[in-house]
Amino acid sequence: MSDRRPNRFFRNMTAKIAAVPMILTALCVFVGGTVWTIVHSFTDSKLLPRLRWDGLDQYERLWNTNRWIVSIENLLIYGLCSLILSLIIGFVLAALLDQKIRFENTFRTILLYPFALSFIVTGLVWQWLLNPDLGIQSVIRGAGWIGFTFDPLNNSKIVIFGVLIAGLWQGTGLIMVLMLAGLRGIDQEIWKASRVDGIPMWKTYLFIVIPMMRPVFITTLVIIASGIVKLYDLIVAQTSGGPGISSEVPAKYVYDYMFQGQNLGQGFAASTMMLLAVLVVVIPWAYLEFGGKARG
Amino acid sequence: MADRVAALSGPQGPRPRRRFSRRNIIIYGTLAVVAFYYLLPLYVMIVTSLKGMPEIRLGNIFAPPVEITFEPWVKAWAQACTGLNCDGLSRGFWNSVQITVPSVIVSILIASVNGYALANWRFRGADVFFTILIFGAFIPYQVMLYPIVIMLREIGLYGSLWGLVIVHTIFGMPILTLLFRNYFTSLPEELFKAARIDGARFWGIYFRIMLPMSLPIFVVAMILQVTGIWNDFLFGVVYTKPDTYPMTVQLNNIVNTVQGVREYNVNMAATLLTGLVPLVIYFVSGKLFVRGIAAGAVKG
Amino acid sequence: MHSVEIKNLDLHFGAVKVLQDLNLTIARGEFLVLLGSSGCGKSTLLNCIAGLLDVTAGQIFINGANVTWAEPSDRGIGMVFQSYALYPQMTVEGNLSFGLKNARLPRDEIARRVARAAEILQIEPLLKRKPAALSGGQRQRVAIGRALVRDVDVFLFDEPLSNLDAKLRADLRVEIKHLHQQLKNTMIYVTHDQVEAMTLADRIAIMKDGKIMQLGSPHEIYNLPQNRYVADFIGSPSMNFIDGRLESGVFRAAGIDIPMTGYDFRAGAASDGKVVIGLRPEHIATGDALASAAIRTRVKVDIVEPTGSDTLIFAPLGGTSVHVRMDGQTRVNPGDEIEIGILPGRASLFDRDTELRL
Repeated sequence: MSDRRPNRFFRNMTAKIAAVPMILTALCVFVGGTVWTIVHSFTDSKLLPRLRWDGLDQYERLWNTNRWIVSIENLLIYGLCSLILSLIIGFVLAALLDQKIRFENTFRTILLYPFALSFIVTGLVWQWLLNPDLGIQSVIRGAGWIGFTFDPLNNSKIVIFGVLIAGLWQGTGLIMVLMLAGLRGIDQEIWKASRVDGIPMWKTYLFIVIPMMRPVFITTLVIIASGIVKLYDLIVAQTSGGPGISSEVPAKYVYDYMFQGQNLGQGFAASTMMLLAVLVVVIPWAYLEFGGKARG
Repeated sequence: MADRVAALSGPQGPRPRRRFSRRNIIIYGTLAVVAFYYLLPLYVMIVTSLKGMPEIRLGNIFAPPVEITFEPWVKAWAQACTGLNCDGLSRGFWNSVQITVPSVIVSILIASVNGYALANWRFRGADVFFTILIFGAFIPYQVMLYPIVIMLREIGLYGSLWGLVIVHTIFGMPILTLLFRNYFTSLPEELFKAARIDGARFWGIYFRIMLPMSLPIFVVAMILQVTGIWNDFLFGVVYTKPDTYPMTVQLNNIVNTVQGVREYNVNMAATLLTGLVPLVIYFVSGKLFVRGIAAGAVKG
Repeated sequence: MHSVEIKNLDLHFGAVKVLQDLNLTIARGEFLVLLGSSGCGKSTLLNCIAGLLDVTAGQIFINGANVTWAEPSDRGIGMVFQSYALYPQMTVEGNLSFGLKNARLPRDEIARRVARAAEILQIEPLLKRKPAALSGGQRQRVAIGRALVRDVDVFLFDEPLSNLDAKLRADLRVEIKHLHQQLKNTMIYVTHDQVEAMTLADRIAIMKDGKIMQLGSPHEIYNLPQNRYVADFIGSPSMNFIDGRLESGVFRAAGIDIPMTGYDFRAGAASDGKVVIGLRPEHIATGDALASAAIRTRVKVDIVEPTGSDTLIFAPLGGTSVHVRMDGQTRVNPGDEIEIGILPGRASLFDRDTELRL
């Protein structure tokens, strides 16, 4: 046995080698790729990326493009509605399932199955259901209500809500499951204590259980928010951004400029803006979640 | 028992409960309405795919088919056109199988080894890389799309199935690594220490001790990856060519084509076919699926 | 009028019978402890009394009123839980007053009750803090306070000290006893800790499989266990059991005969047959106490366990190994031969088939 201390670098060498894919992914793709894209968003790259500086021109052009403004508006409307509605619906459904009901598993299975389906499938089904000539609108008109109008996919003012219906159908099951797990994590004796205190159930939920579930709500919020920014497939399948540009979203803007419009610089600038939006949500959360713990 | 009960007077036994109390009507009523809303699209997909086009044009989308026909299914599977190819969704299906199988295997293998190294063989800097990885899960894919195009082109895999396998391995890594790391951390550390004292090394412990104990988490990871990769659209459309398009991309091209008459029954059959694989996994796996998405929710 | 009265109570979860035809009356101001190992139904019984579980059959009376169908909050009870079950987002004051506010009590009445509870429990300096900022003992005091402000006659405790460490448990035990002496409420207290039970209770109900095995004062339970289960359950280290036969008043086992003179047989129970004798380790005489023992024998020491205050030894006797408690100052080594004495008056005899006391 040598009495010299082994070199630090060679300690756990196998573990380090085994972690090479992770290190490469973290450094080359996540850090490297992000930096590369940000750097190239300041160039005038067109068909091919090139490092010819263009200052903030791409961003200026971006914010002067009507389609980008519409995309951002759509994302804000969709994001806000889907955030609030899926939290409320998800929590209410979870609370209903938590009432020691019969057929709980059946209900949960039904509420969650859309989440197993892709956004493409979701978008196409709802495109069909919302078809003005043969879908829900025509059925209700056929039932005698002649003046009934429900045609969101062809009305540029409300098209984003047509997408929202499909998005909620696909995603609320997940929120419900997360909320249900949160509810099940509440100490049963809290419920007993509130019954002995004579507090009605709705008040217990509102003043005791929901405040106790704050971490679950925050995590869920971050999950929904970071998912909303990525909204892409659903739009492609359900509306292709139409009518006109009225249901465009940032992710689609990026794709179209990068791979169809041969205007890479615009794509990079737009995707950098998306990254910025995500950071605005994630950094405060990470600070609260992990920074807070370090302080005790 | 009977004489015992008779001896007591006044309220006794369980509280009287009406079967149709207001509370029950509200709970079950709400759930039934919601369940109906959630099931409706699946029902409409099925009935539409079993009708002929004339019946669709005349009838109501909720009505069950008068005359059941499987022709739309056959057409969707074997004849539907995308661009110049008219061999139906079957091509996309097999592409998706060819993409999903190696992607699932490779991504799970790599992530499980990562998770194991992070949980049991902590080395300097490991936490830094892991934090970057987890943050990576939140970076919009759009930011990394083009750099990866360049990387794949450099190694000559752009447009090939193996290129897509690498992409799925990369983007599956954060969540899977987290999943495995947390699982391995939850195993008793004494087990790992005992194995080390018995002289087992990195791979020995991994294959002989950790793997046999981790079957459930591997199943969870598999469910997560199979549904995730099968349902992927963005990577498929960016990193493959029309010949190798996965099923979702091909489905979208079939349904949203601008040429020709729209055959809604074929479209719905194709949509159902594409959704079938994840649906089957979902209904078969049950609780494990729930566990997977609860863990995988971070993926967003 | 009894404070709490339980008549013919049954509770089934599906096919599992958790409580069976249980009858129990508790006097006003009594401290009753429900004692048993986990799964014996003691917590279930407490939850039935509280109204947190629906009973399958039978009745529950509190202060003479039939409360079988009443809501927990209408039964005139306060309850303290093992996990404290404090509302984490509210201050201590909020925790104490939330139920009262909800019952729409006048504000000055609420303030008066909170102040009184805080004073009794000495938690006045903590009123503005949140539960997370309290120690385990302080939390449990707040939990007791929440029961206190309800101004009720019956307190229910569901293993309130189980989450605390040994020292705090002993301190709070004394405080609860003190509280009972001060308030003179009826208290029903569930625990699996026999020391807690013996020190706190006026009466102990030992439960097993949903039935009460014995109900009596700590003194009765310890000295006159009515069956082998109770005898085995109470006492640490537990009672020694030696199988043998009873033949005209003499207990005979392998290598030892014990004439049971001085043993208080139940009327008509002293018939001959297969029996088991129970001897508490502390009732086997050694040293100076030998003088008072009627029967003496010599045993060879197997194992010695010094605990400081006492020294426990294992020695073979009557075909089994018995535990003997000796004075902590005695010096004994394994292999030594010592003399021990048996006091038939302090022993317990059980029928080997029915396991009931003779």
